[in-house]
Amino acid sequence: MSRKPTIELRTSPHAHAGDDVVKIMRNVVYALLPICAFTIWQFGLSALALLFVVTATCLLSERLFNRLNHTPSSLSDWSATITGLLLTLTLPPGFPLWMGVVAGFIAIALGKALFGGLGMNAMNPALIGRAFVQAAFPVAITTWTPAFFEERFSQFIPTTLTPPFLQSPTIGEWVAAVKVDAFSGATPLALQKFEGIQTDITEMLLGTTAGSAGETSALLILICGLYLAARKMLDWRIPVMVMLGAAVTAGIFFVIDPARYPDPLFVLCSGGLMLGAWFMASDMVGSPVTPLGVIIYGLMIGVITVIIRLFGGLTEGVMYAILLGNAATPLIDQITQPRVFGEQRTSK
Amino acid sequence: MGLLNLLFGLKSFTHGIHPPYHKDTADKPIRRLPFPSRLVLPLNQHIGKPAIPLVRKGQEVVRGEPIAKEDGHFSVPMHAPATGRVRAIELMPTPRGPKSDAIVLDVYEGSTQAVLWSQPREMSDLTAQEIIRAIQESGMVGLGGAAFPSHIKLIIPEGKQVDTLIINGCECEPYLTCDHRIMLEHPKALIRGIRYAMRASGTRQAIIGIEDNKMDAVDVLRGNLSKGSPVRVEVVETKYPQGSEKMLIKSLLNREVPAGGLPADVGVVVNNVGTLAGLGHLLPKGQGLIERVITVAGPGIVNPGNYRVPLGTPIGHILQQAGYEGARTEFILGGPMMGPAVSAMDTPITKGTSGLLVLNEPSIEEESNRIWPCIRCARCVSACPMHLNPSMLGQMAAKRKYEEMAQAYHLNDCFECGCCSYVCPSNIPLVQYFRIAKAINREQAT
Repeated sequence: MSRKPTIELRTSPHAHAGDDVVKIMRNVVYALLPICAFTIWQFGLSALALLFVVTATCLLSERLFNRLNHTPSSLSDWSATITGLLLTLTLPPGFPLWMGVVAGFIAIALGKALFGGLGMNAMNPALIGRAFVQAAFPVAITTWTPAFFEERFSQFIPTTLTPPFLQSPTIGEWVAAVKVDAFSGATPLALQKFEGIQTDITEMLLGTTAGSAGETSALLILICGLYLAARKMLDWRIPVMVMLGAAVTAGIFFVIDPARYPDPLFVLCSGGLMLGAWFMASDMVGSPVTPLGVIIYGLMIGVITVIIRLFGGLTEGVMYAILLGNAATPLIDQITQPRVFGEQRTSK
Repeated sequence: MGLLNLLFGLKSFTHGIHPPYHKDTADKPIRRLPFPSRLVLPLNQHIGKPAIPLVRKGQEVVRGEPIAKEDGHFSVPMHAPATGRVRAIELMPTPRGPKSDAIVLDVYEGSTQAVLWSQPREMSDLTAQEIIRAIQESGMVGLGGAAFPSHIKLIIPEGKQVDTLIINGCECEPYLTCDHRIMLEHPKALIRGIRYAMRASGTRQAIIGIEDNKMDAVDVLRGNLSKGSPVRVEVVETKYPQGSEKMLIKSLLNREVPAGGLPADVGVVVNNVGTLAGLGHLLPKGQGLIERVITVAGPGIVNPGNYRVPLGTPIGHILQQAGYEGARTEFILGGPMMGPAVSAMDTPITKGTSGLLVLNEPSIEEESNRIWPCIRCARCVSACPMHLNPSMLGQMAAKRKYEEMAQAYHLNDCFECGCCSYVCPSNIPLVQYFRIAKAINREQAT
């Protein structure tokens, strides 16, 4: 006992599993990177610029609100980065950059900072941002561009560089000029809904179709999601239940009238369902904590998604389904409190 | 019960955690240490009323002699752990925190480790009542850490039917191996103790529950049991907190102790292996509890091992003997999941102390220990062995809704095992929140 040691007094437990918030969030970013890389490969410069601008906006907004709230910087927890990446992945690749800035700022300001920051937000910030621009810029958010057009690494999609506060130009001529086989300017969902054309499942799995920047390859999203689930940084029950709820609901209608309604596999692989199920519905902050609650929440999102898709005016319903699920979370948690060990359930 | 356990037939409970066990001292035989020059013997080493001193300042005592008597039924006596002279009866630090009255004993240099005081008795003649009285006289308490008077446990409350004695050999806390060594080295005393406890409580069968990381102990005990013995050994999954009474009863018998109830409510009495081995050793000789086995371990210890130390040994003496190093240190009495941290080197080993650990964890001030907001990841919910909702409880504690926590969210069923804090990626000190909430509720109830 030559040196005097510093004695630390703290309360038990004196051991910790080791995972922390930063590590979990960082792993979500890792899981999103392949999807980002794919979208850049698929849509080129425009996707790259959009990813950069939206994520940077989210980070700057987060810092701004740290300042305004006099809280320590929360950039290092990666949550704003995730919001930025996820938000970009739900936008059309040719989305005007200035609108991306609006979406990113709204996502952080209304979706997160307003509630008090990380862990306090009632709903997924990225989806709040997306819902805002969906209402504000209905044309731009449904302007789709073909994947893998040839000059994608040398030129922007014309809508990308729309000057601030102006609506984006029409791109029909440009699309016709970039020479992509049989591009109809619509997503598989829209094709199915309005024209009754079924897109090939293989194409939707691999992501050669039109769609939002990060939602086209169902297979890639599934693999990235499974990585997170395997590392136990994502509750696998939520995406599985979302998919189950969607598949069963779609299946019922498909059995009733196969000519009119899409089959369950199409429903699972099209639109934002995969991305939403694996990366947004599963967002820990907005989902229930009880075992039964998680199942109800997942099923609910799946069912609502399909109902919006089949009977609503919109082609896609994942975003609103998840936001509704988020809104219902406190209630679900409340009514699904687990039976405590040794508790005698009396009939009330 | 988890799916894997169903498939492989390992008995267990649901939820819980698998921390690194660090049972590196499992192969270290129990050794004695030289006597310290001074012993500190708090009068409240057990749960219940403190003992009443029988000695006064300056009096000479011999090793094994009673030095304090029980104060009524819910209390136990104390015996001198070494031959020496009473230096004082004064306030001293204790593992539980606040200082309390203690007999301080100056140990005579070169005094013998043989016990000089005994009243041998023929155990087979005793009735259940007399065995219970003998257990109280021995000063025995739950050596697993609870320090609950053993004789009280064995008295079956009026109107309750008890059919099974469970002997807890799980030792689920990381680092600790003293119970493991006792099972390996003293199987005969343990089985004797089990017989006494069965007679005292009137139970027909006894089950020794041992985690599957101590298969050598399982083999040794099975080898010491004859065919047709009412005592059997069962293997349970290695999982924390398997050694909690309620979890072990659930694992072995699939019975759930009702909330706020006792094991006797489901027909069970639970005792720790160290306690019963101690009774098997002490009762025939008519001696009192004066020493216990502790595990001294952790990254900061030079010679980790299992040591039989006199009660009242100051931790400073043990650290000197076992050697310790490290610039920044945590001293823990008991296991890392539930044991309190101590700062005073004259804090004594008491009846309920199962280990002394020296940990060199990253400092609280480091970034890795930063407390983040709850992100509702639900890891605590799937870790809590009582199936509580620590996430919700933690958020309510932050809003100081202590009464609602107890009334609507079962706060009082929490036994502070630490699983929720262990898994929390936000480093939220959930268990500490719950301790504070319970303490404030208790204060307001009185």
